[in-house]
Amino acid sequence: MSKLVVTSIGPASSVQDGGRPGSQRYGLTPSGAMDRLSLAAANTLVGNEPFAAVVEIGPFGATFTARGGAVRIGLAGASRNADIGGRPVAFDSSATLAEGETLNLGFARGGSFSYLAIEHGIEGEPMFGSLAVNARAGLGSPYPRPLQSGDELKTKAASSGAERRIELPAATDAPIRIVFGPQDDEFTEENKQLFLDSEWKISATSDRMGYRLEGAVIKHRDGHNIVSDGTVNGSIQVPGNGQPIVLMPDRGTSGGYPKIATVITADLGRFAQTSAGRPFRFKAVTMAEAQAEAIKFHALLHSLPDRLRGIDDFGLNIEALRDANVAGQAVNAVDVSTWQVALP
Amino acid sequence: MAEPINPPRLLPSGDSAITVEFSRTIDDAANRRVLALDRVIAAEPIAGITETVPTYRSLLVHYDPVQVTFDALGEQLLARAAKAPPSEVGTRRWRIPITYGGEHGIDLEDVAKALQTTPDDIVARHAAGDYRVAMIGFTPGWSYLSGLDKSLHLPRRKEPRLVTPAGTISIGGIQTGVQCLAGPSGWHLLGRTPVRTYQLHRDPTFLLEPGDAVTFTAVDAKTFAEQDRAAEAGEFVAELVTP
Repeated sequence: MSKLVVTSIGPASSVQDGGRPGSQRYGLTPSGAMDRLSLAAANTLVGNEPFAAVVEIGPFGATFTARGGAVRIGLAGASRNADIGGRPVAFDSSATLAEGETLNLGFARGGSFSYLAIEHGIEGEPMFGSLAVNARAGLGSPYPRPLQSGDELKTKAASSGAERRIELPAATDAPIRIVFGPQDDEFTEENKQLFLDSEWKISATSDRMGYRLEGAVIKHRDGHNIVSDGTVNGSIQVPGNGQPIVLMPDRGTSGGYPKIATVITADLGRFAQTSAGRPFRFKAVTMAEAQAEAIKFHALLHSLPDRLRGIDDFGLNIEALRDANVAGQAVNAVDVSTWQVALP
Repeated sequence: MAEPINPPRLLPSGDSAITVEFSRTIDDAANRRVLALDRVIAAEPIAGITETVPTYRSLLVHYDPVQVTFDALGEQLLARAAKAPPSEVGTRRWRIPITYGGEHGIDLEDVAKALQTTPDDIVARHAAGDYRVAMIGFTPGWSYLSGLDKSLHLPRRKEPRLVTPAGTISIGGIQTGVQCLAGPSGWHLLGRTPVRTYQLHRDPTFLLEPGDAVTFTAVDAKTFAEQDRAAEAGEFVAELVTP
């Protein structure tokens, strides 16, 4: 039996997976990973099911030590300085900790959450089919709370397979796409336009329940009290102070503030990764566009196994380019079939 | 069959959910239509629907846009909503013990003062109510009940409390409710029940369903303490009256 021991970890770090949908009619929030693409990528790197349980690591650094045998991990999501016993480790790739070795992860860069998958998964007792932590409801396994140093994540010994990396679409800074509704008629056209025209920042008081936005004050047509109705991941509710809150996977299943708009499925993970204080905008799309993007996103999740590559299969170091902050252009300029730099 | 009254409004809640809205206010007739549509969908499933969430005035329908579009699903939902709902015969009725006042219902006296009557009168009116689970939401098992006596309608507290005890039964606005877990609340706390509307590792995990009928039986603090221990051990202390 191998295990990964949490030797240091910051807040907002917990075991998460695909969540536990299906009981929202009883008030049970689905929870699950904030960034599902990164969850699935991390799992795919180590041969797990895409929505298996992983460690979701908040913006601060963390260290993990392998005990009882070797542990293979996959890293995806917000990239960080990472090393195993001094050997650099790239994000979007797998790596193996020998017994006694420690993985050191720095602060998140260009995002908020990183995902650490463990080959063979994390042992735990599923609750409603999920290990995802929902601290408010006392759910989650092996610990029904955020991770603390000293916690142990039990797994099976690492296999002897080769390490792999995964080729993901280039990051984008495009606006976060929304569809208006369900209660956009509680707002004047002027205020809906203000919502789209404004530059927003995510408040540092945000958490897995909701991201509080700072920016313009969005006014309601007639008051901010509506009768509670159901919520979804990405519901953008506007309380009395006019500062929107975007509901995230630990949201309440119902809410009593008017919801001006909803973040589209394809952009939920990208929105979750938006760092506190970094300016961004929203862009309205039609329902048809949003649903076409949702179908493309679904196809992307299912294409992940085809995006695996050997760890040394490049003519150049993509990670180094990404670290040099030219990732968007540089990665696009590489022909995926040959891994040679294509000149523009 | 009677002509269907106002068809519900279909409101987009993102690309993977539709809010089927029957009313903009708390309205018993609308809530019955919400629960009826929920039953129709359960009886005649529509491909692509992943789960439904009944609330006071609307049914939130989660679906998979890979399987069905907003427009196609919307049409089917309107057709289901126009159908005669399956009858409510067989509605389950629960009798739930509650100990009123004292340490378990710290707002009872203030509520009596605000409504210019006595605590005993508040208890009598609350315990006489015939309630229905209008929706369950916010946190696991938090059951919002419709049917509160008009004389007990009272605005919510100006300052919500950050923590209220597990099992609290409270009133807020025109509603009463049973919460399962300790948590924040802006309602007035009248008492507590030993009944767990949600208990992990119990079958069923969730005791109440939207649409269930509920009445309360006043018990003393000693009975509460005994039943609380039994409930903690996984026993049912709620009484199923019918069917």
